[in-house]
Amino acid sequence: MRNRTARSILLGVAAPVGALVFAALVCALILAVTGHSVGDVVDAMSTAAQRPRTLVNSVNSATVYYLAAVAVAIGFRMKLFNIGVDGQYRLAAMLSAALAGAAFMDSVPSVLRIAMTVVAAMLVGAAWAGLAALLKVTRGVSEVISTIMLNSIATYLVSYLLNPARLAVTTAGSNNIGTRKITEGGQVAGFEVSGSSTKVFGLVLLAVVVGFLYWFVLSRTRFGFELKATGLSESAAVASGVSVKKMVVISMLLSGAVAGLVGMPQLLGSSYTYSLDFPPGLGFVGIAVALLGRNHPIGMMVASLLWGFLDNAANSLDISGVPREIVLIMQGVIVLSVVVAYELVRRYRVRAEQQAVGSALGRTKPLEEVSA
Amino acid sequence: MTVGGLAVGLKSTPTRRGKRLSPMVYLIIAVGALVVVSAVRTLSDATDLTSSGTVQAALTAAVPLAMASLAGLWAERAGVVNIGLEGMMVLGTFGAGYAGYQWGPWAGIVGGLLFGVIGGLLHAVATVTFGVDHIISGVAINLLAPGAALFLSKQFFSNAPGGGQKQSPRIEDAQKVTLPGFSSWLGTIENKHWFFVSDLAGVLRGITTEISLLTLLAVVLIAATGWVLWRTPFGLRLRSCGESPAAAESLGVNVYKYKYYAVIASGGFAGLGGAMLAVSSGQFRDGQTGGRGFIGLAAMIFGNWRPGGLATGAGLFGYTDAMALRGSNAVHALLLLLGIALIVVAVLQYRSGQIVLSGVAAAIGVLFGWWYFSSDQVPAELVGAAPYVVTLLVLGLASQRLRPPRFVGEPYRRGQAI
Repeated sequence: MRNRTARSILLGVAAPVGALVFAALVCALILAVTGHSVGDVVDAMSTAAQRPRTLVNSVNSATVYYLAAVAVAIGFRMKLFNIGVDGQYRLAAMLSAALAGAAFMDSVPSVLRIAMTVVAAMLVGAAWAGLAALLKVTRGVSEVISTIMLNSIATYLVSYLLNPARLAVTTAGSNNIGTRKITEGGQVAGFEVSGSSTKVFGLVLLAVVVGFLYWFVLSRTRFGFELKATGLSESAAVASGVSVKKMVVISMLLSGAVAGLVGMPQLLGSSYTYSLDFPPGLGFVGIAVALLGRNHPIGMMVASLLWGFLDNAANSLDISGVPREIVLIMQGVIVLSVVVAYELVRRYRVRAEQQAVGSALGRTKPLEEVSA
Repeated sequence: MTVGGLAVGLKSTPTRRGKRLSPMVYLIIAVGALVVVSAVRTLSDATDLTSSGTVQAALTAAVPLAMASLAGLWAERAGVVNIGLEGMMVLGTFGAGYAGYQWGPWAGIVGGLLFGVIGGLLHAVATVTFGVDHIISGVAINLLAPGAALFLSKQFFSNAPGGGQKQSPRIEDAQKVTLPGFSSWLGTIENKHWFFVSDLAGVLRGITTEISLLTLLAVVLIAATGWVLWRTPFGLRLRSCGESPAAAESLGVNVYKYKYYAVIASGGFAGLGGAMLAVSSGQFRDGQTGGRGFIGLAAMIFGNWRPGGLATGAGLFGYTDAMALRGSNAVHALLLLLGIALIVVAVLQYRSGQIVLSGVAAAIGVLFGWWYFSSDQVPAELVGAAPYVVTLLVLGLASQRLRPPRFVGEPYRRGQAI
C-alpha cells in the first residue's frame, strides 16, 4: 500500500504547479523582451474568464481534449506510445460523418443513428490503431514510427476521400467541402447556458463515462492490473502469465477506439459535417494533456480544462495586440517543464526513500569497516 | 526495453559478417534499377519518369529531406531518438526567413542552422540532463516550435516590406551552377527517347544542370557525416554511446558530452534542412515544412541508419514528391515500379526462408500491379502518402535487414549498470 502522507501529496502537486509557474514566467519574459505589456495579457485573459461564452467553449474544448488524453493514456499505462491518435480520430470522424450524413440514415431512429455513428467511429479508430499493433506484434516495428507514418497516410487518405467525386459535397456559397450534413435526427442536443450563445456539447457526458470506465477498468479489473503490470515490468508480467502480445493488441485497439470518439462531440454537437476546417492536431493535444495529468482520470480532467481555457482565452489576445501564439508557447513550455519536474520529483523521492530506509536501519557502519 | 518499451516480437537474427556490398555491386543495382525504370517508361510512355526536369525537381525536394534524415542519424547514432525534427525544421525555416531577407541566402542558411541548434539544445537538456523520455520531449518540441515560429513571424515580419503575419519577405535564391557544354549535348540525346541511353542522359543532365549550391552543400555534408561518424575517433565514441553507453563510459568516454554534441548537431542539421527549404522556395511561410521532418525520419529508417542509405531514401522520397508535382501520368507508372520492387522483395525473402513474409510481399506486389493495369491514373491526393507507405512496407517486410543502434531511445544515467 502506498501511504499518502502530507509530504507525498505535496510533492505530487508541486511538479505541475511548479511547471505552470515556470511556464508563466517564461512567457512573461518573452512578452517583456518583445515589447508587450504583461499586464495587458493578464487583463485580457481574466476578462475572458468572466465571459460565459468563453467558459462554455473551454468546457467544449476540454471535452474533446479529455477524450484524446484518455486514448493516449491507455497506451502510456503500458509504455505504448500511441502517437497515432491524431490520424485515428481524423479518419474515424471523417468516415463516421459520411455514414451519419448518408441519405439512407435519415429514416433510422435517432438513438440508433447516433449509436451507429459512434460505434462506427470507434471501429475505424480501432482498425487504424490495429495496423500499428499488428506490425508491432508480428514484426516488432516500434509503434512510434508506425503511428507517425499512419498519421500522415490518414491525412492523405482523408483528403482523397473528401472530394466531391467520393464522399464529400460542396457547401453552397463557400469553397469549403465536407461530408453531407447530418440531419437533425442524427445530432446530439447540447445544454443551454445562460448568457452564452453557444451550448455545452451533449457528448460531454460521453467524456465523463469514458473517464469513469478508464478509472474502473484500470484500477478495479484484472485486465487493468495486467495492463499496468506490463507497463511497469514486462518481465514480471510475463513471469506471472500475461501474454504481452495480447496485451499490446488489446490496449492498442482500445486506445484507437477511444481515439475514434475524439471527433464525436464536435461532429454531432456543433459542426454536423466533416469538412476541411475540422480541427486538426487534437491527438497531440491529447498527449500534452495526458502528460500534464499524469494519466490520472481526474488529473487529465483538470489539465484538459486548463488547456481548453488557454485556447479559448487566446482569442481575446489578438484583440489586445499580442500574437495569440504566446499561448502555444506557454503550452509547449508547460509540457516540457512538467515532464522535467516529474523527473526531478521522482529522483528526489528515490533519494528521500533511501535516506528514510538508511535512518530506519540505524547507524551504518563506516566504509573502512565494511571493506576490511 | 526499446523505444516505447515492450520489445515484443523482435526477432533477433544473428548479424552476418562481411555482408557489406562493394561499390561495384551498388553500381550494378543502380544500373539495373535504371533499366527497369527505363522499361516502365517505354511501356507506359511516361517520359517524365526520367526527364532531366524531374531529376532536378527531385533533387530540390530531396535536399531538405536528406538534411532532416542526417539530423535523425546524428541523434540516433548517439542513442537519442529525435522526433522533434519537425519542430526543429520549423525553427530553421523561421531563422532562414529572418536572416535571409535581410542579409541574403547564405546568412539565411546560417540563421536557420542557429535556430535549429536552439531546438537541439532544448532536446539535449531535456533528454540527457533530465532524463526525460525522448519521445515525450520530441512531441513537446513539435508543439512548441510552430507556436514560437508563428509568434516570432507575427512579431518581425508583419511590418517588414513584402512580409506578412505568416510569411517573411522574399529571400534571394542561392547561386546555381551548370556543367558547361555537357548539358545541351545530353539534352539532344534525352530528346531521342532511346531505351536506356536517353534515360541515362536525362538523369545525368538533371544532376549537372542548374544545380543549386545548396544541393552541393548537402552532398558534402552527407559525405562528411559518413567520414566523421565512421572514420574518426570522435565518431567511434559518439556511436558507442548509442550502442552501449555503459561500455563507452567504462572506457572513459564522457557519454553526456557526446550525447550533447550529437543532439546539438542533430538540431543544427534539422535547422539547416528547414533553412534550405525556405531559401529554395524563396521565403518563410507558416506550415512550410508539412511533415518533412517525419519523412526525414522515414528516410533514415529506410536507409538503415547509414549515410548512403538515407541519401538513397531521401532521393527516392524526393523523387515521388517531384513526380506528384509533375502530373499524374508519370505517377501512375510508379505503381508498377512499386509492384516490381515488392516482387523482388518477395523473391529475396523466399530465398532466405521467410515463406510467410514472401507471400505477403508478393500479394501486395500483385495488388499494386493490378491497380496499375486496371486504372489510368493515381489520384493526386494519394501520391504524397508514398514515402510513408514505402517506409511501412520496408519496416513490415524487410525489417530483419534493419539494424538500429542498440541502445537508442533509452534514458541513460551516469554510472548506470545495464
